[in-house]
Amino acid sequence: MNIFFSWLVGLIFGLGLIISGMANPAKVFGFLDIAGVWDPSLAFVMVGGIGVASIGFFFARRRTQSWLGLPLHMPAARDIDRRLIVGSVLFGLGWGLAGICPGPAMVVAGTGALKGGVFVLAMLLGMAVFELAELRQAKFGAKSDVTE
Amino acid sequence: MTIDTLHFTPWAALIGGMLIGTAAALLMLINGRIAGVSGIVGGLLRPVPGSTLWRFAFVFGLLVSPMVFGLFAPLPPIQLDSGYPLLIVAGLLVGMGARYGAGCTSGHGICGISRLSPRSILATLLFMLTGMATVFVVRHVLGGA
Repeated sequence: MNIFFSWLVGLIFGLGLIISGMANPAKVFGFLDIAGVWDPSLAFVMVGGIGVASIGFFFARRRTQSWLGLPLHMPAARDIDRRLIVGSVLFGLGWGLAGICPGPAMVVAGTGALKGGVFVLAMLLGMAVFELAELRQAKFGAKSDVTE
Repeated sequence: MTIDTLHFTPWAALIGGMLIGTAAALLMLINGRIAGVSGIVGGLLRPVPGSTLWRFAFVFGLLVSPMVFGLFAPLPPIQLDSGYPLLIVAGLLVGMGARYGAGCTSGHGICGISRLSPRSILATLLFMLTGMATVFVVRHVLGGA
């Protein structure tokens, strides 16, 4: 049951990305290019998304389990560390270079565009680099300078 | 600053954003999960028994969304002008950065801010400002695409 809903929610998410313009890299550039002719549309995506999601989270927080009786995996991390800062800056750099973030990457790949598929593969590789670094760290102790 | 009135689409953006927000709310209320695409995809690379299938299902939903949209209306333009080398570098940075930063535009930008998480608010500010700075350098300093 939860597998079907996951698919449905992914579909709704993707339709939202398409309708909002987030799935169009040219539109994302229009938003990020504040020194050019600025297109503030994507700020409205954030307003609509946060507006609705915050209602959902408001109700979710008052529950002990999901509607299907599953545990609620609310993020517990509270501390602002170097990983968060460095990671978010690297992410912003990549986002600014291509105008694609992970959700839209999947949608663009789903249109069958080869460029979308290539971006997704590179993104998976970037994620795999993170996983390998984490494994290495777990094995050899906290030597990486990325972790506080 | 000049507003691009030609391409400005506030209503489509707002409605699309509300759909994204609906998806984020439903995934937590139904499945108890955060709708952060980088977290959902990243979790597939570190498989935990019993926590893999729903991730594939979610990603599959994203992948078929253009096809489903196409059943009802012509797909809006998706204009991707970047060359392959740039796409690969950007993809690597997006993948690595989102995992180190524990979230992307959806996980921090939509879900995190909706939960009023200070971490997510900071992360969102950081990647938006860095994204804007990057576009500024590429377009107005280097004069590229």
